[in-house]
Formats: sequence, C-alpha cells, structure tokens
Amino acid sequence: MTETPAVELRNLNVYYGSFHAVRDVTLAFPKNKVTAIIGPSGCGKSTVLRAINRMNDLIPNARIEGEVIFEGKNIYDPDVDPVEVRRRIGMVFQKPNPFPKSIYENVAWGVRINGFRGTKRELDDIVEEALRAAALWDEVKDKLHQNALALSGGQQQRLCIARAIAVKPEIILMDEPASALDPIATLRIEDLMRDLVQNYTIIVVTHNMQQAARVSDYTAFFSTDESRTGFLVEFGPTAQIFTNPKDPRTEAYITGRFG
Amino acid sequence: MSVRPRFDPNRAARHRRARIGMVVFQLATLVGIVVLMALLYNIINNAFGLAAIEYRIYPATLGLDLETLPQTPRERLLEILETHLSPGLRRSLERTRPLTQRSNEELAALVLERVLQPKVLDTWPLVPSLLHTQDIVAEVHARFPQAEVRWVRWLNTRFLTRPQSSDPLRAGVRTAILGSLWLVAITAATALPLGVAAAIYLEEYARKDRWYNRLIQVNINNLAGVPSIIYGILGLAIFVRALEPLTSGAVFGAVAEGVTANGRTVLSGGLTLGLLVLPIVIINAQEALRAVPNSLREAAYALGATKWQVVWHHVLPEALPGIMTGTILALSRALGETAPLVVVGASTFITFDPVHPFSKFTALPIQIYQWTARPQPVFRNLAAAASLTLLLLLFLSNGIAVYIRHRARQRRLV
Amino acid sequence: MAQTLSPVDLRRRPRRREGLIQVLLLASGLLSILVTLGIVYELVKGAMGFFTRPLWEDTNKPLAADVAPSDTVLPVRPEGAAIPEGAIIRVDEEIMRVQRAEETALQVERGLRGTQPAAHPAGVDIFLEDRVSLWEFFTGIRWIPQAGEFGILPLVNATFIVSAIAMLVALPLGLAIAIYLSEYASPRVNNVLKPLLEILAGVPTVVYGYFALTFVTPLLRRLLGPDVVDIYNMASAGIVVGILVTPLVASMSEDALRAVPRSLREAAYALGATKLETALQVVVPAAFSGLAAAFIVAVSRAIGETMIVALAAGAGPNFTFNPFEAAETMTGHIVRISGGDLSYDSIDYNSIFAIGLVLFLITLVLNTLSQRIVARFREVYE
Repeated sequence: MTETPAVELRNLNVYYGSFHAVRDVTLAFPKNKVTAIIGPSGCGKSTVLRAINRMNDLIPNARIEGEVIFEGKNIYDPDVDPVEVRRRIGMVFQKPNPFPKSIYENVAWGVRINGFRGTKRELDDIVEEALRAAALWDEVKDKLHQNALALSGGQQQRLCIARAIAVKPEIILMDEPASALDPIATLRIEDLMRDLVQNYTIIVVTHNMQQAARVSDYTAFFSTDESRTGFLVEFGPTAQIFTNPKDPRTEAYITGRFG
Repeated sequence: MSVRPRFDPNRAARHRRARIGMVVFQLATLVGIVVLMALLYNIINNAFGLAAIEYRIYPATLGLDLETLPQTPRERLLEILETHLSPGLRRSLERTRPLTQRSNEELAALVLERVLQPKVLDTWPLVPSLLHTQDIVAEVHARFPQAEVRWVRWLNTRFLTRPQSSDPLRAGVRTAILGSLWLVAITAATALPLGVAAAIYLEEYARKDRWYNRLIQVNINNLAGVPSIIYGILGLAIFVRALEPLTSGAVFGAVAEGVTANGRTVLSGGLTLGLLVLPIVIINAQEALRAVPNSLREAAYALGATKWQVVWHHVLPEALPGIMTGTILALSRALGETAPLVVVGASTFITFDPVHPFSKFTALPIQIYQWTARPQPVFRNLAAAASLTLLLLLFLSNGIAVYIRHRARQRRLV
Repeated sequence: MAQTLSPVDLRRRPRRREGLIQVLLLASGLLSILVTLGIVYELVKGAMGFFTRPLWEDTNKPLAADVAPSDTVLPVRPEGAAIPEGAIIRVDEEIMRVQRAEETALQVERGLRGTQPAAHPAGVDIFLEDRVSLWEFFTGIRWIPQAGEFGILPLVNATFIVSAIAMLVALPLGLAIAIYLSEYASPRVNNVLKPLLEILAGVPTVVYGYFALTFVTPLLRRLLGPDVVDIYNMASAGIVVGILVTPLVASMSEDALRAVPRSLREAAYALGATKLETALQVVVPAAFSGLAAAFIVAVSRAIGETMIVALAAGAGPNFTFNPFEAAETMTGHIVRISGGDLSYDSIDYNSIFAIGLVLFLITLVLNTLSQRIVARFREVYE
C-alpha cells in the first residue's frame, strides 16, 4: 500500500451527546478499492461511514474529534465546506430513497444544484451515462419521465447509485445498500459495485459477511466494548481477514462464535 | 464516453442564497411574533390612559376626593345629597329605601351618579398619555376649558363587577362574564359526554370496514370545518325557533314575568356552542384514546373483562388527562366565539345577571363586538378592557389544560 | 360430600348491559350525522322559503276609478310599470290574477289565496308579485333588500377579495414559518415558538376584529393616505384574516413537511445540496399535496371567518374590486342582519339561510377536497 489512500481516519472519535459512539479509529481506505466495514450491530459502522462525508453534522448533538483526511485536508477543518465534501464523497443509503420526482430528475437534480453549466443535451448525456453505469439504463430508458417511486426496490436502489455517481464523486459510501432488497436484486448491486470500483473508491457497511467476502478488497472489523463504544479491531485485505485473522476477536466473529 | 460535467466553482453564491433563505424564514417567524406583540400592545394601550372628564359639579368644589369617595364621612355624603338633589328625585329615592339606611358605598355611588355626573369627553391611549402628558393637558385646556384630565384604568375591579351601562364610566362586564360562564357550562355539559361517547364508539367499538362508521368519521371531520356562523343559523332555526317551548323554559313554567327571552336564552346559546365544539371534542378525545397502548386493553381482556369493563376501568382513566386537555381547549374556543351567538340572538344590552338557563344573556365577546362597533371612541377603551379580560380568562383556561397535560406526563414518568 | 363441579359452561351469555351501552355510544356517534342533516335541512328549508316567498313590487300604477267587490275589470291609469297577463297582483290586501291586460284596464280574477274581494278607492297603487329567481340570485350585482334586489354577487365578491388578501398574507408567511420550524429551528427554539403560535391561533376572532379596526386600518390610512383607504375596508380585514389563519397554515404545513422522510433530506445532502436547496427543492415538492391541503383548509377558514369582516370590512353590500373600499361579505351580512331585531316572517330572515347555504356549500367543497388530498398524501408515505 504505497499509493496515497482515498480517505484516511486519524484518531476519530464520535459522540452523541454524552454517549461515546466510536473511539480512536485510525484507518486508511485504499483508492479504487471496495472496503467493507463489518461488525456486530451497534458497533458504530454506520457512524464511521457518516463521519466520512460529514452527514453526522445533521444530527443535532453529534460531536466529532480527530481527523478525516481527504485530498490532504482534514474535512473537519473550519474552512472546509461540508456541501463540497458531500459532493465529492457521495452516499447510498440503507433503504432506497429516491426523490418523489421523475427518474430523469432524480439523476439530474444533484448535477443541477451543484452549479452545472451546460446544455440540455449535455445533461441528457450525463443522466444516461450515470444510469448506464448503475446498470439501470436498459430498464428505464423508455420511461425516464415516470415517477421514480413506481420502480421496484432494487431498481430504486440502483437509481440512488446512479444519482450519486452523476455528480462525479471520488468516493461512494454505501450504508448496507442491499439490506432491504431480495437476493436477486442484491446480486445485481454487488456486481455493480465490482464494476464501479474501476472508477471509484467504495466504502460499504454490511452486516452480511458473505457479501463482504464477495465484493470487498479490504475489510475493516469493528466491535464494541463494555460501554457499547465502537472501535476498530482489525483492518486488512479481505482474503486475509476471512482466512487468517490476526485478532482472536475477529476470528470469533467470522466463525460465528460471537455476534 | 465519459462526459465531464462543467461544475460552477462559485459555491459562495449558493451559500449566500442559503443564508438569505434562512434569514427570510427567520424574519417570517419574527413577523408572527411581532404581530402577536402588536395585538397585545394595541389592547393594553387602549385599556389604560388619560381621559378628559367633565362634571356637572366638580368634586373639588365639594371638597371630595374621587379615589376615596366611599370613605367620605357619612354625614357629609348625606348633606351633599340633601343639597344637590332635586326634591322630586330625593323623594323617589327615599321611597325605594330611605337614604339613611343605605350603606356608605351606595351613598357614594349616588353622589357620583346624581350629583357629580362625570362625562368622558375624550380619551388617549396609554403610550401617548405617558410620553406627551403635558401636551395632552394643554390640549384639553384649550378644547374643553371646563374639563379635568384624569388617569383612567378602563380595566379595573369596578369594570369587572358592574353590569352593562350606557355610561362608559359606569359600564362593566359582570353580566357578560356570568353569561360566558353559563354558556361554557352548558356547552361542557352537552359536548363533553356526547363527544367522549362518540369518540369511544369510534375508537373502541366501530369496525373501520363498515361504511356507516367511515361515514360518521368523515362527517365529523367535515363538521369541524363548517364555519361557526352556520352553527349560529342552525341554532337559530332549531333551538330558538323550533324548540322554543323547551329553550324558553315555557314547558317547565320556569319563566318569571318580564324576563322571558322567547327562545333567545342562554340555553339556546350554550346548546349551539355545544354543537359547534362537539366535533372538536370528539377528534381530541379520539386522539387521547388512540394514545392508550393496546397492551393495556389486551391485559384486561385476558382477565376476562367485557368490552365495556375494559373501556370503563382501564382505557378511559388512562385517556382522561388527554380528554380533559382537549376538551378545555375546545371550551376555550367556545368562550371566544361571537358570530353564532349574535345569530342566535344574544342580547346586546342587558343589565341583569343570568340566573337560570332560560335567561336572556350576553357574553364577553358579544360585549367586545358591541363596544367596538359603536361610533363613539370612548367605547373602544371599554372594548379593549373587555378584550383584555377575555384574553386573561382564555390564558387561565389554557394554563389549566397545559397543567393537566404536564401532570399526566409527570405521573407516567414516575 | 364431594360436590360435583358443574361442567364448564362456555356458552355465550346474553349481556344486556353491554349491548345497551354499545347502542348508546353508537347513538352519540350518529348525533353528528344528525347535526349535518339538521344543517342541510334547515338551510335548504330556509333557502326554499327565500326563493318562494312573494315579494310585492310597487308598479306605481294606480287604479283610475273606485272598484266595487263584484267588478272583474280594474280601470287603471297608463303610467307606471306594465303588468303582464297571467301575473299575480295585489291591491291593498286583496290578491288577484290578471287574465287580460290593456293599457287602461285589467281583467282580473278576484279574491285569490284566501283573500276576499273588497272595494278599493281610486288612486291605490297596484303591487305586482315577484320572486327572487335563482338566476337573479346568482348573477345580480346588487343586494338591496328594500328594493327587492337580491343578487349575491357583491357579497360573494367581497368574500373572495377578503379571502384572497388573507391568503396573500397567510400563504407565504405560514409556509416560511413552517419551513423554519421543521427544517431550521432547534428543538429548544421550537419549544418557544410553537406555544406562541398557539396563542396567536387561540385569540378570539372578535379581538382580531378589534385589532383590524383600531390598529391595522389606522396604519393603512397613515401609510397610503386617508383618501385612498376608507375607514371600513376589505384590505384591513383581509390582512387580519390572513394573520388569523397563518398559524393554521404554519402548523398544517409543518406537519406535512415533517412527514417527509428524513432519508430524502439525507439523500439531498449527500449529493452536496445546501440546506436551502434541500428545503425548497426536495422537501417542499415532496410535501406538496400536504401543503395544498393546508392552503385549501385555510381558504375555507378565511371564507367562513365572520367577526373580523363584520367589524372592519364595512356594513352594506358593495360590488367593488377596490380592496380599500368598504364592502360586506356573506358572513358579515348574516351577522349584521341577525344582530338587529329580526322578524322571523321577513325576507331578511329567509335570506340568511340562502346566503348560509351558499357559504356552507363552498366550505364543504373546499374541506372535502382538502381531506381527500391529505388522505392521498398519507398513503404515499405509509
């Protein structure tokens, strides 16, 4: 790992009010790889993920300590604009959450609000490219102006991915993106992640270890201590984590003896 | 084919717009608060202030002090009445009840009414009265050389305890307050049991898939949106006219001579308001019942309780604070309603207290309406004083509602 | 002496008390239906009375000579309004039907509707029967009961102008407050602001009327000049009605905005949207039908609002589009007419019901519409 990481966490601590949710996470996410974050529920997986694009700012009493280094800058520095951070580090959520607008508008909206200056044609192209990248184009190309809520759950989730890629982020955060989907739709999302990793860095939170083993290049295992504070146990290439974990706690979790 | 979108790097403009947006929303909220303040300011401003008053005989010339008039020695009051009342008037007063048997307060009132006879020439609101006292005094001296400038609290204890009068200095809202209390009592007595019963039916008994139950629910929601004046028209047609024998008290033989109001009684008014707030009471009570956890019902059923036992022993006590809060809020609405009472025929000028459900009546909001609609500006001061009284009453009742809600929450937490 | 236990009896037992209670509860529920039926019945009955009631219009055509009870031809003077054949006329107390009409003579059937043929002296005016037609009622632009003119348009027009002004105030203000409360304000600020809004919503309308007349009207007159703004005017009433319904718009809109799932906001933020962009371009459109419902309910409240217009908008119907002039609304007219000593046997009494019916139908349509929209809106997010 000589290449510079896509994003790096340094001594990250997250608090919700007086509750210490995550402690002392130091972790570098490699570029153009899929990194899976796994661990028992309540270990702060999603909290860490949301810290990477400052989504925790939106939770009233959330507090962050430590650094998140992106492009050589701590995104929690006071002069950093969270709006720009979020444009460059996109996110896909647990449950598909398309806007109640047309399929086309769902994809185009993010582009537009980010100050897109171009013709209608160019915008059409961006929408098409994003939908193709999300492997949704063939299914929706004839109904781009229908309401997105009419799509199936799996299609909605791929639309959300298309929406995220349309604004050209460098990193895509995925918070259990397939947990609300059926097995076939899940498989398509997993294939999609493997395709997307050519151009993007993907960080995915999952509670499904098979999924982590299937899609990720690297895996970070989190656990909780007695006071329910989450912390990083082990990070490494997925193959190593699943076959030869260094930490007994990881091994216990992987082999199903705990969690 | 990768299309590189051309993004506008000028995020500063977007953030500026976002800030302006927030300021606009904050300002709108501020406008709401400012309006509330303006409303209160306007009422308080008009409920107190300077007034130019003219007397038939000025108190100073008789060595009297208006503030302590009832404390004036009794002999002095009698002497003044002796010298300043016409013999005819004195004889008729003596016939009703000899002056010497009357209390000091009564004698003082007589002196004020019959001897001094104050008359309001003009009034000024509180703020100018405070800021430009000298100018006002000068103006009064120029316009009414005879008049005296005095501070008047239009809202005072006498105002609250005196009946209506055409003399603004003697008019009060006692009759109106009593009328309002009668109305609210009758409204509560009808709307509370009927509303709670209907809510229990809809929440605990009705099967939602039956068309008639859905009809009842939709109908209640619609009734809540019917303009209050329509209820007035309904009350006029049904309670005042069709049920006149009942609402006038004729069938009960309860009507004293001269007090008869046909159907335009406090009973008709109260029943009308009862119908008006019924849908609100039902909707609020439904909400309170819905908030009772289902586990409570199941626990009771599991012990072999019948439906009514479950409702009466468990659901209703649990929902009671919520029902009371909702009902008090609905009654507050009734307390402030004006239009339906005008249509039902509240009397605008009565000086005797309502003593039974078949009395003619007036109410605080009616009094405010009447005084505001009068062309003479001095009555605006009375309207302001009455408005302040009404707002205080509402504040009190809403305070009780909030207290009940608060206490119920506390109890649940313990 | 072991007594044998009676076998377990699981048979249904009649519970008369339970049944009776259920019937009583149902009856209370049905009462609300009865109230609606009562409203409709009384309004329609009163309105029918209004439209079928004979109005006697003075034709200013006098009898030319004395008429005896047995005469069937009335000599009349040529002046005055023409009397058509078949018309019902009244001379003094007696009602007759005109069989043939000429310029100076009318052939009549006498003593109709229980009246007796009587002698009438020369010079007595002939009255022509007239009724308020539905056409006249809905298209007439004058409401002058003394002259037998009953066109509801001036009242409807004033109602709509006042409501329009009210909505111009309440819609932007209420929506902005709702956005502030649901998207921006912290829970602490919310806890302070919401009770304040509730106070604003709880102020009796008559107090608002006082406020309109003694505060807003003088303010308008000072700002725009007393020549422009009448003492009683629709603008002042409209503004204050707007203030009255603002808390309603704000709280219903806030509910609608809060019903928009958090996940939609997060999706917008994750794309790099600012707070304003998220609020205006994602949350507001997503809550659109809920906001529309709030708006419609507020219009309905504004149309039905009475005391503010009764005090501040002016007494006397006036067909004008100038908001700074005085004009009476439907509700204002009902209150003024019924505030006096109303005789039950008068066209005024009946007219209350006709106006009330129109008012009831307008608000019913608006409320039903709003409820439909709210129900649909709920389906989307549940």
